[in-house]
This record gives sequence, structure tokens and C-alpha cells, in this order.
Amino acid sequence: MSHDARPRLAPKARLRLDQKTNRYLLLYPEKGMQLNPTAADIVQLCTGEHTVEEIVSRLAEKYAPQPREVVEREVLSFLDALSERALVRTDP
Amino acid sequence: MSAATAERAAEYRPYTLVAELTYACPLRCVYCSNPVDYARHADALDTDTWLQVLRDAEALGVVQLNLTGGEPLLRKDLEALVAEAERLQLYTNLITSGIPATRERLARLRDLGLDNVQISVQDVAAPGADRIAGRRVFERKLRVARWVKELGLPLTLNIVLHRENLDRAEEMIAFAETLQADRLELANTQYLGWALVNRRALLPSAEQLARARATAAAARERLKGRMEILFVTPDYYVERPKACMDGWGRRFLLVSPDGLVLPCHLAHTLPGLAWESVRQRPLADIWHDSAALNTFRGEEWMPEPCRSCDRRTVDFGGCRCQAYHLTGSAAATDPTCALAPHHDLIEAARREAEAAARLPEAAATLVYRTARPLLPPA
Ligand SMILES: C[S@@+](CC[C@H](N)C(=O)[O-])C[C@H]1O[C@@H](n2cnc3c(N)ncnc32)[C@H](O)[C@@H]1O
Ligand code: SF4
Ligand code: SF4
Repeated sequence: MSHDARPRLAPKARLRLDQKTNRYLLLYPEKGMQLNPTAADIVQLCTGEHTVEEIVSRLAEKYAPQPREVVEREVLSFLDALSERALVRTDP
Repeated sequence: MSAATAERAAEYRPYTLVAELTYACPLRCVYCSNPVDYARHADALDTDTWLQVLRDAEALGVVQLNLTGGEPLLRKDLEALVAEAERLQLYTNLITSGIPATRERLARLRDLGLDNVQISVQDVAAPGADRIAGRRVFERKLRVARWVKELGLPLTLNIVLHRENLDRAEEMIAFAETLQADRLELANTQYLGWALVNRRALLPSAEQLARARATAAAARERLKGRMEILFVTPDYYVERPKACMDGWGRRFLLVSPDGLVLPCHLAHTLPGLAWESVRQRPLADIWHDSAALNTFRGEEWMPEPCRSCDRRTVDFGGCRCQAYHLTGSAAATDPTCALAPHHDLIEAARREAEAAARLPEAAATLVYRTARPLLPPA
């Protein structure tokens, strides 16, 4: 995914808090994915408003002193995985 | 909560509620997975009871809701159920034949919070499709599938595979692409319910299956990120059974049209189990304490070879309904397992299918789903 793409959650996916575990769940047909806190932060920023670059900046700030490269790698690989499953979109 | 109780609660936490709202259906599919004696189970739950079921299920941990049947669109209170599911933040999937849908109703359900629509088609064209459905509905289904996409709802296309349509996997994928389906389920027939009655006519050959699987795998690669393709292998051709329902009474909670709390859509066809209804006891109590549900939880019930097999925590010994309907004992090892003492039943069925496949298609007699008993009472 390119840095200026503006990822947005696909209509078939839905994010919710799991009351039993206090973790976020990403739900889609017949399946669900339990998200770790960083992944949940990323998905919450997939609104179509923020670029990948902006998402990385925000999370780098939040997770300081973690190096920006580490955060960036994590964001990109997770977004690519989601996009491969058509759970996020980047088309306008 | 004690540690043991907490562990048990996590082990038996349902994630999906399968709400079978009615067994009634305008179609007569020859592979229908509903019980052969479905007419014995009347629609007994009113709207308020179903709403309570949704709330109780969510409190148990359920996050996914499958509205199915029979034909769920026949329930006039679908709107109320979808609205409540939205309030509970459930991921709601309407599993429908598409008959009888209207564009207006689908739009209404979308506005109320429906998350996904799954439409089943029997094939890629009439009259072949209609022959399997037992009604002339194919063209109408197409229209409904287009409405779903026009309304901006995610579309899953479900096609049940069997000997008559399995060679058209390529066409099915192209068909799903034309409809812009978000997900395509190429689901081989599970040979229970009406499908078991018609097994001789429906069970494919091993070669047919291998070709279709390869076609689906290639398309999955090609369509990655655009359309998800699921290919479900029939367990008659895998040497180890699947973890039916991810294990009995673990992840799936099913409520039948008459309110029974079940681990799967056919458990009430097993003899000697006293299933309890949501009209008698709170759902959570039934889920945890029902003697019927607890019968096949854990490993106590397992016979050899399962009891000492490494895979028992992976496949839980397979499907209890398949065990019963093929061997007469619900506690037997699933005969689809090559280690099962009754595996010869599966081999015989495969041989029968190979032989039947050599006959001209017209020779295949199909039994359509009907509310009439298959055999007159003795
Ligand atoms: C029993 S139907 C009920 C919903 C609706 N009447 C329909 O057919 O879509 C639920 C789903 O199971 C599929 N199905 C029915 N019988 C089956 C079988 N024997 N094996 C596998 N899938 C089956 C249907 O295609 C449908 O997607
Ligand atoms: S599988 Fe066919 S007959 Fe069975 S409920 Fe669905 S549409 Fe009706
Ligand atoms: S013997 Fe039982 S546990 Fe082992 S693979 Fe077969 S069905 Fe599964």
C-alpha cells in the first residue's frame, strides 16, 4: 500500500469491542479476527480520511519511544494483509 | 469465577448464533440440509422471544448472527430482529434463497443495519439450476443478487456443489465476478438431511472434485483482494473428518424454529437427547447445563480409535449427525475418518457414485424436499 493511500474499512467488515476479553474484534462474513491494541488503533484510523503516512505518524507518536520505522513496518504489513482479504479499500 | 469455571466458559463460548427462523421455504432443493422431518418443528417463537434470544446470545459472547432457515425472508419480523442485532452490534448475515425478496425490503434491512447478504444459487443457468431447486426461480435470484449490489450491501454467493454442477466451477467463478460478489462459497454438499436421501445422484467422483478444487485455487490467487473464494471439500473425500461446527457446543449456538437450543442444524435428529427450548429456560442456562448439549462435549464420550488419537483435539471425532445417520450410533467415530470402524460405508458410497456417474444424467432420480413424510407411518 502506498504512503498517500487513504485506507478505509470495507463495507463487509465491522469493528467491535469484545466485552468478554476487552479486545477489539474485526468481524466479516463467517469470520472474526481478534486485534491486538496496535491493530485496533490502525483499523480505527481506516476511515478514508487519513493517509497511510498520517496513520504512521499518529501511531508513532502514541507508541513513542518505539522507533518510527518499527511502527511503519507494522502498519504497512497489517494494512497489506487486510487489503489482500479485501477488508480495507484504498479506491476513492 | 473460579479458574476452572472461567476456563470452561472460554472453552464453550459461542461466537455465532445461527437463528433458524422458520423451516418453511418456497423452494424444494434436493440437497436441502434441513431435517427430512422438518414439518414436525413448527414456527413456535414469537418476535419477543427471538429478540430475547438475540440479547441472551450476545451476553453469552455471540458476535455473529446468521439469519437463516428455511427461508428467513418469510418472517415478517425480520426487520425487528435486524434492528435489535444492530443495537447489540452483532455482525448480521442474511442467508437466503432470495425468494421472496423485494428491493424495498432489502433497502429497509440495509438501513436497519444488515451487514451482509448471502444468496444461494443452484447453478449458473436455468433450467439446470431450477431442476435442483425444484422451482423456476433462477432468473428472480439473479435480479435479487443485482439489487443487493446496487444497494451497496456486501454480497456472498453460495453455490452448493454436486455431481451435476461440479464441472462448471470455472463458469461459477465468472458468474460471481459478473455479479461482483464479494465472496463466493463453492460449498460441496454435506450429505445429511435431504442430501443424504439424494446421495446416489449427487455425490461426485474424486477426479471431478480434484479438477474443481484446482480451478478454485487458481481463481483465488487471481482474484485476491477483490473476491474471496471459499472451496469446501466434501468430507467423503478427505481421509480425516473436519471439526464439525468447530466442535460440538463450542463456537456455534443454533436455535431451531421451535426454540430448541442445539449445537448444529441437525442435532435434533439424534435419538435419545432431550433438547431444551428457550421458551422453558433462559438461553444461558441451557447452553451451559443442558444434558443433551453436554453429552458430546469433552472427550468422555469418545470411543476408540478417537480416544487415543492425536487428532481428537483438532477434529473432536468428527460429526455426530453423520455418525448417527450412517452407522446408527451417534457416539461412533465419524465414518468419513479412514481410521473409523465403519469407514467401509463411505467407500461403498463412493463406489456407488462412480457407478451412477456412468449412467446418463436422465437416469438420476431426484427426491425433492417436501413436508410429507417420506415413508408412511408403520
Ligand atoms: C439450509 S439453507 C437456508 C437459507 C436459504 N433457504 C438458502 O438456501 O440460501 C442455508 C445454506 O446452506 C446451504 N445448503 C443447503 N443444503 C446444503 C447441503 N446439503 N450442504 C451444504 N450446504 C447446504 C444453502 O445453499 C444455504 O447457503
Ligand atoms: S436449501 Fe433450498 S429448500 Fe432448503 S431452505 Fe434453502 S432454499 Fe429452501
Ligand atoms: S480417529 Fe477420531 S480423532 Fe482420530 S482422526 Fe479419526 S475421527 Fe479424528
